[in-house]
Amino acid sequence: MWEQIRANRRRAVVLITLMGAVLLVIGYVAGEFFAPGAGVIGLGCALVIFFVQLAVYYGAAETMLLHGANVVELKREDSPRLFNIVEEMKLASGLEFMPKIYLVDDPAPNAFSMGRKPEDYVVAVTSGLVHRLNRDELEGVIAHEMAHLKNHDVQFMTLAAVMLGSIVILAAIVRQWLWFGGGRRRSRSESRGGGGGQAQLIILAVGLIFLILGPLMAQILYFACSRKREFLADACGAQFTRYPEGLASALQKISAASATTSFASQATAPLFIVNPLYAGGGEPDSVFSSHPSTAERIRILRGMVGSSLTDYEAAYDKAAKNTLFSRETLGTSQSGAIRAPSNEGPIETRQDTRAPFYRTRGYLKVKCDCGMEISVPEGYEGDEITCIRCGSVLPLPTASETPTVAGLPPVIPSLAPPLQYRRAGTGWESLRCACGRTIQLSPSFAASHIQCESCGRNIEITS
Amino acid sequence: MTTIALVPILLIGVIVVLALWLVGVYNGLIRLRNQLENAWAQIDVQLKRRYDLIPNLVETVKGYAKHESGTFERVTQARNMAMSAKTVGERAEAENVLTGALKSLFAVAEAYPDLKANQNFLRLQEELTSTENKIAFSRQFYNDTVMTFNTRIEVFPVNLVAGMFNFLRREFFEVKGEAERQAPQVKF
Repeated sequence: MWEQIRANRRRAVVLITLMGAVLLVIGYVAGEFFAPGAGVIGLGCALVIFFVQLAVYYGAAETMLLHGANVVELKREDSPRLFNIVEEMKLASGLEFMPKIYLVDDPAPNAFSMGRKPEDYVVAVTSGLVHRLNRDELEGVIAHEMAHLKNHDVQFMTLAAVMLGSIVILAAIVRQWLWFGGGRRRSRSESRGGGGGQAQLIILAVGLIFLILGPLMAQILYFACSRKREFLADACGAQFTRYPEGLASALQKISAASATTSFASQATAPLFIVNPLYAGGGEPDSVFSSHPSTAERIRILRGMVGSSLTDYEAAYDKAAKNTLFSRETLGTSQSGAIRAPSNEGPIETRQDTRAPFYRTRGYLKVKCDCGMEISVPEGYEGDEITCIRCGSVLPLPTASETPTVAGLPPVIPSLAPPLQYRRAGTGWESLRCACGRTIQLSPSFAASHIQCESCGRNIEITS
Repeated sequence: MTTIALVPILLIGVIVVLALWLVGVYNGLIRLRNQLENAWAQIDVQLKRRYDLIPNLVETVKGYAKHESGTFERVTQARNMAMSAKTVGERAEAENVLTGALKSLFAVAEAYPDLKANQNFLRLQEELTSTENKIAFSRQFYNDTVMTFNTRIEVFPVNLVAGMFNFLRREFFEVKGEAERQAPQVKF
């Protein structure tokens, strides 16, 4: 595994250098086009475009994906099983820090990972993924994401994407400029200049070829690399879990889902486990696709005899007639048998998975004896609600006033005698303050009092 | 004259390069050894967690299945043995016995529907299953790292450096009866 990471880094350096060179040459050529001798200025401009893009991309991708209203960071008590799965995969991959887990409220099953430093790595899953997959499948998906993090794919692919973007933008600007009136100015300078004309012409010709072919080559290179990284993450994922079938069957379920992920865009698509822009596994297989065909990925995973990188290599050779790993990598790869399936079903129901969103949006949860659970929005007027299934009238869980002698309402809320609430169990619970604000109690809540965020009154919690 | 002047310069150059290489190899080995130690610590954390969970589980199951005292005893005994194990090999063996005993405890629980509906039991079961998984996964990572480390210190010329600074081969953390954990072959 260590050899694998080293090989990855070597390849990354080569690609970044290559793309950087293309960017700089285009910058230089652009400068020369605008005014002979201004190549260095063009070079500077190329760098400025690159760094501005880098800053924007880092900020924007995180904001777009993780700061929406439909995204929450999960704590252990929100989803203990998902938390356990991520912890297990953290140990299997040998990652230094436990990544944060984000849940995105989206019916389309998908997952992605992000982060610049190991301390703030993020693994994000959609609610559609969590309630649809069983434990083994979910484990496979998480392992795939951990492999991306462990191999530093996220940082590297981000850098490559930004470079690609800069190359495309710069080339487009120069082409535009050449089209509209650039030619006139050039012919003037040519008639003025004498001996330097020949050399300049060669530079121009080479530059023109670069302007047209550079962006295209960079694009093909980038997407080839993106696809290769997906295969690598699949291979490492299978090795971490010792169970390739989990990931294979997860990929099948993800690609069979009919909904597309609504919050993904062209720029963020390469981060996902399966391209989120194409539903039903319909991604066209071309040199410009960010992910390999899902059907092929599944075929390779199911063709594995064991769970090691060597087994993946063998299956990959058969399916793609190509090699994936270097000999040194395979030399240090441990052989591993495939473990037995855990036979555990989905880890949560759809309601359980989406519960964190109801909590952050201030819903009051009322349980009926018939098994029905009703979510009551904040601002609902009245003290009771009728069960939709059995028709019985249920009181809303409300903190009650402590009986006082004087019976006068207190003037300063925080000095008033505390309200009282008796817990029904040990799980998640919600109650309503006298002011109408919903308060959520987590399973790990152990204090005797809680303060209402809205009116500031204390509520005594007894069990 | 020039050739004579070149000899010491060349000699110094060779020594400097050699020293730099030595430092690089030594640091690499130290890094790998620390990773190894860290991986072992991870297993240890999980094993301790399991020891902590077991008494809770036994108490919970006892409340429902009073007649299975033989199973409880086996689990408790296996736990005590695992806790007092000294070497890596002993430890691995004792842990295998414990895993087996826990399996029979969960098998016993299957026969008591009331127990299976108990929230506390379900939580403990999930925690223990996950802890078992975590032990397996951290052991897997530990063994991968041991393999890399052992290969590294035996390959020429690193073995010279390893010998000089007394880097020794590490023991694998193995499970007996590996065949049990193998999946049946499935053809598609």
